Amino acid sequence: MLFEFLAFYMFAILTVAMFWITVTTSHSLYALTALAAGMLFISAFYFMLNADFMGVVQIIVYAGAVMALYSFGMMFFDTTRELHEKKTNSALVFGLGVMSALVTVAMVAAPIIGGNIEAQNPIVEGIGNSQAIGMVLFTKYLVPFEVAAVMLLVAMIAGIVMAGKKMDESYSELSEDEIDTKNAELIS
Amino acid sequence: MEITLTHYLVLSTVLFSIGLIGVMRRKNLLMLFFATEILLNSVNVALVAISHYYGDFTGQMFAFFIIAIAASEVAVGLGLLVLWFKRYNTIDLDNMTQMKG
Repeated sequence: MLFEFLAFYMFAILTVAMFWITVTTSHSLYALTALAAGMLFISAFYFMLNADFMGVVQIIVYAGAVMALYSFGMMFFDTTRELHEKKTNSALVFGLGVMSALVTVAMVAAPIIGGNIEAQNPIVEGIGNSQAIGMVLFTKYLVPFEVAAVMLLVAMIAGIVMAGKKMDESYSELSEDEIDTKNAELIS
Repeated sequence: MEITLTHYLVLSTVLFSIGLIGVMRRKNLLMLFFATEILLNSVNVALVAISHYYGDFTGQMFAFFIIAIAASEVAVGLGLLVLWFKRYNTIDLDNMTQMKG
């Protein structure tokens, strides 16, 4: 019990600190690495909650695939440039602040109101988490699973088509003047 | 000393608020994407915690599909962002005013 207590607070503080760095730092590379670390720490909560499959998926998909995609994307952008912050609109800040306060109350109060909820897909003792997830996923959620697969395929093709335009000409082999004329052509 | 569902829900709310702060104050679109990832992750934590404490797999299933949606969102969004950067040489939000009425 003490171990769980310590682990929860340690990972909670680490996750909050990492995500705070992500939203406040003015270096995009710091933001990227802090986000990756925060994603890894989030997976610790999944392991603590006996959701082993979700923990592994979190590490593979978020800390692996999504972060790799972001770091590849950042190669296209000027990452050494200092980031400028937006001058915030006070009405927007007020509205979003009220909204997040309401969300806080609703989230904390939801278990009290929903005290008599019955489990639709109860967790069975004696079966591993991944096995049980597979049994639920391939019976009750088979159609959403297939739709998600098609959606990922569409997203992959869309990403390749959009980012891969004019990949045949390399900007690093052109001289500065040629790049300038090419950019002027593109903007006009 | 016991960790209850409320602990996880409060943590998830704190993470969601951090994400909202990020959405509000970031001007660079890539940083805005990072903030949306934080929002999605905080919701996933809440769903998995509820799934554990109520003994129901539905929460984990929803978190799984949210991860799939987040992955495809990143692929399409980053593709659009690369395309935009090649054309205008900037990804600042303030420069995207073509659709201003």
